[in-house]
Amino acid sequence: MNKSENMASSAQGRQLRTMDIVNRGLARRYRAERRFKRFGLSAILLSLAFLAVLFISIFANGYTAFQQTFIQLEVFLDPLKIDKEDLGSANYQGLVRESLAKTFPAVKNRADKRKLYGMVSSGASFDLRKFVQKNRHEIGNTIRIWVPADDDVDMLIKGHILRDVPESERRMDDTQIAWVDHFQHQLRIKQEFNMTFFTGGDSREPELAGIWGAVCGSLYTLLVTLCLSFPIGVATAIYLEEFAPTNRWTDVVEVNINNLAAVPSIVFGLLGLAVFLNFFGLPRSAPLVGGLVLTLMTLPTIIIAGRASLKSVPPSIREAALGIGASKTQMVAHHVLPLAMPGMLTGTIIGMAQALGETAPLLMIGMVAFIVDIPGGFTDPATVLPVQIFLWADSPERAFLEKTSAAIMVLLLFLVIMNGLAVVLRKKFERRW
Amino acid sequence: MRLLKVSKMQTVMDKGGNGGPPMPLKKMRKELVPRKERATIGQFEVENPRMSCRNVDVYYNHGEKKAINNINLDIGRNEVIAMIGPSGCGKSTFLRCLNRMNDTIDGCRVTGTITIDNKNIYGKDVDVVPLRAQVGMVFQKPNPFPKSIYDNIAYGPKIHGLVQNRDETDGLVEQSLRRAGLWKEVKDRLDQPGTGLSGGQQQRLCIARTIAVNPEVILMDEPCSALDPIATAIIEDLIDELKQDYAIAIVTHSMQQASRVSQRTAYFHLGDLIEVGPTDQIFLNPLHQLTEDYITGRFG
Ligand SMILES: Nc1ncnc2c1ncn2[C@@H]1O[C@H](COP(=O)(O)OP(=O)(O)O)[C@@H](O)[C@H]1O
Ligand SMILES: [Mg+2]
Repeated sequence: MNKSENMASSAQGRQLRTMDIVNRGLARRYRAERRFKRFGLSAILLSLAFLAVLFISIFANGYTAFQQTFIQLEVFLDPLKIDKEDLGSANYQGLVRESLAKTFPAVKNRADKRKLYGMVSSGASFDLRKFVQKNRHEIGNTIRIWVPADDDVDMLIKGHILRDVPESERRMDDTQIAWVDHFQHQLRIKQEFNMTFFTGGDSREPELAGIWGAVCGSLYTLLVTLCLSFPIGVATAIYLEEFAPTNRWTDVVEVNINNLAAVPSIVFGLLGLAVFLNFFGLPRSAPLVGGLVLTLMTLPTIIIAGRASLKSVPPSIREAALGIGASKTQMVAHHVLPLAMPGMLTGTIIGMAQALGETAPLLMIGMVAFIVDIPGGFTDPATVLPVQIFLWADSPERAFLEKTSAAIMVLLLFLVIMNGLAVVLRKKFERRW
Repeated sequence: MRLLKVSKMQTVMDKGGNGGPPMPLKKMRKELVPRKERATIGQFEVENPRMSCRNVDVYYNHGEKKAINNINLDIGRNEVIAMIGPSGCGKSTFLRCLNRMNDTIDGCRVTGTITIDNKNIYGKDVDVVPLRAQVGMVFQKPNPFPKSIYDNIAYGPKIHGLVQNRDETDGLVEQSLRRAGLWKEVKDRLDQPGTGLSGGQQQRLCIARTIAVNPEVILMDEPCSALDPIATAIIEDLIDELKQDYAIAIVTHSMQQASRVSQRTAYFHLGDLIEVGPTDQIFLNPLHQLTEDYITGRFG
């Protein structure tokens, strides 16, 4: 009796002591936990802040690019100068210049005249021609037509050229500013949504430059990449994960796939140059070749993501399928692949997003060329969005600065859409189970 | 250390008091085969066996590790044979030899002969796909496909071409679920995911899935270890019924379960088949010291 009492009290004593020790440590544990939480939170806030700074600066620089300044001209469609049988070949540039000269009859010397003619975009004559071709009954009349202003005028209107700096440091001198003011006074200057930016190809003139050519080039290139890298990547992942025996060869393959993922992308560009262009003689600057090069680059991403998602399919599902007499191919096709698909799709879209933003390898295969026409196929010369951004960022004109930022916004928009698509697809496939 | 032992003994005693026949605490000092003897004691052959295993060895890790050692055992028609033994003694390994599930493990090698209806299943020209349709398996953890209840059952018959049209499939699904005693519970929600059922229902779904392809032998690897007593009782009744049509080999950790459902029992120990015989004899009158140690709770 005594003994057991003793034992009980000593057990109680020990318990108390244990609780004391635990309690003493408790405060420290909670402190550590709070500290960890704070670290995590501040890391997230910091990265959000960086992201916000990035977005704000891009937006602040770029939103004006979605507007374009137009000038209204009064043009006399001189029947003597326009051949009714051949509307296309008339000297519309001459008509535009005539109209400008008429607006400012005081301008006489050659240098000033050249400056005056530079007030409107060189695209004005195309707009005029289009107008005449559509409205041939107007020939002989004086018409009013809105034409895009030159990029310098555009910049002045948008406030990017400051009036109060000394004339010598300004891109526009006082006479030019006086002309702009004259137009503005007569309400012949307006700002409108810049449709050209979304429908045009590249141009030397900022006011005529658009991203549609680059978007098309990117789409064609990505289409090639997707059509090649998704099936090849998924098939490789399935073979390596489900069918290949584990031996030295598969180890070598695995290591090299991981190596491939770490190879700098420019190397793929050099490879593309050597193999696709020089050896196979495929055309330069073509989305087809760009797609091939980017396929090499995205394949490791897709394979690694695919293998990871195959690995994460529980073995019990495989056993269940095999145990009921499914062949290995049936097991993979009916049970493993559907479960691994969301992960594979996510990996693919991440790979595609990488490919969409890739520049370096495409420089090597000539996709950095200055291309005005919108590409119409996989072998037409083309450029892609990030390369277009690179080209514009490299241009000296002030107006290309805002175009650069606007193009970045478009690129980011595409990336956001793709990532959103990845989330949607994953949700959709997961809901089936 | 001592506490641990006491609690273990207690568990065994609890089990003994729990309905089944009391553990044989006979003190009639009979001569037992000594512990170090490893040759199989008892009648491992049966007349006209469904499956028969001779000199079966299994190696893992490319021969580095021998998991089971020279097993000879027959499985009769329409009998339930229980396999018991401490963890890691190779029960699952042996069971998985019977439908060649070990083939899927990299580096695993099986030697010896295993026949079903006198045909060697490890023969060169044997296809594992029909073999696994012939020898079905139910796993320890219920593993329904992440598909509807209906598709879970219909999958096997479909891939084997046992059903031609929707009507036949419907009929087979209903029949299989009825035999597994699950029909009443799920008949209104056949299109809902099988993974949404309770553990016991999932395991019965897996049994229904197995019998839907109409196998000749059913292997069960601790089918009730993840289930509560009520679900366990239902499955034991089910096993009792199924033995009318099938040969069943069941691995179990519960000696009560072995004595309730099986006609013969095989005791494994560290890769050896120590003793095999009629279930009553094994539990009441074991011949090997190791068997007695195990069933009286002195081991594992
Ligand atoms: N896939 C495997 N690879 C290597 N060793 C294994 C594998 N599976 C089982 N073993 C080993 O084989 C022995 C028998 O295992 P197992 O058959 O699962 O035992 P039981 O089912 O009787 O508990 C154990 O020692 C285990 O460690
Ligand atoms: Mg086991």
